[in-house]
Amino acid sequence: MIRKMLIAVVTLTALLSQPVFAVEPDEILADPVLEERARAISKQVRCVVCQNQDIDSSNAGVARDLRILVRERLVAGDSDQEVMDFLVARYGSYVLFKPPWKPSTYILWVAPLVFLTFGGIAIVLVLAQNARRYRNSRIQAPERGANDDQKPENHSLTEMNS
Amino acid sequence: MKRILALFPIAIAGILGAFLLWGLNPDRDPNEIPSVLISQPVPEFDLPPVERLGTPGLSRAELAGNDGSAPIVVNVFASWCVPCRAEHAVLTRMVREDGIRLMGINYKDKPRDARNWLSDLGNPYERVGSDLDGRAGIEWGISGVPETFVIDGAGTVVFRFVGPVLGDEAIGKLRTALEQARANRSGETS
Repeated sequence: MIRKMLIAVVTLTALLSQPVFAVEPDEILADPVLEERARAISKQVRCVVCQNQDIDSSNAGVARDLRILVRERLVAGDSDQEVMDFLVARYGSYVLFKPPWKPSTYILWVAPLVFLTFGGIAIVLVLAQNARRYRNSRIQAPERGANDDQKPENHSLTEMNS
Repeated sequence: MKRILALFPIAIAGILGAFLLWGLNPDRDPNEIPSVLISQPVPEFDLPPVERLGTPGLSRAELAGNDGSAPIVVNVFASWCVPCRAEHAVLTRMVREDGIRLMGINYKDKPRDARNWLSDLGNPYERVGSDLDGRAGIEWGISGVPETFVIDGAGTVVFRFVGPVLGDEAIGKLRTALEQARANRSGETS
């Protein structure tokens, strides 16, 4: 009985407890709506010191300053976009985790689509070729003794796959 | 068609090779953040002097409207920053020997610590602004201390260096930037 209760308590605490945040109590805004927006913005902004962390979870001094700044701008009545623009004007689009669509990022955005398209085409071509060869070999097999003449084609196929 | 397809793997290998050559170059620092300030006017900021230091404060006005006699080096420093101590000697020497104009932003530092630090090591700064809350630092887009900027005669930021200016390579970069800043000015007046 006691054991069961203990397990229940531990499980409940684990479920209800919040992960530790870098946001310190004195930073949090009284207005929950604004605070929510501030948190959302902070999660999209890269910390310039520890570069793979967002400022929401970073303990770096600059990250804290930026969190406070974001909240100040929100309280002053800035829209989310205006706050982002303010940060980008000072730290460059590098601070955004989601890179904007502009000439220097075209490759970044388009590359996955290009790879997917070419990969798809390659798969279709290879499968079509395999199917054709399979049909040919079934038709020709009784007539000819061996399929030796198909070896060069096989070779080029492995090359294309690599 | 087959021939063209056969060239495909070679092309991919070539592109991949070029990418790796660029990416694995030991001189490339992946942590380097491109600065948006380069070729931009000096950001808006106005800093009071460090209390009882006896050196005037620093604001945009001194940098934007500088009379064009010489480029200005702006150095962000703090007494709590260990590399700054090493860099201080280099900057002091450059002020003495090269005659550079050096101005400082004292970043998140207690005025008393800053005073002690500068009286221990010497004060090479023409002006020092006290950035207690780090707001000016954000305007400059700094990620830490030390950082060093070069401002040309027209009040445009021409160079940013992250980290201490130590060693021949860093000093060389700073000198090159100073020359470029001087050239900017003469190009404008002629």
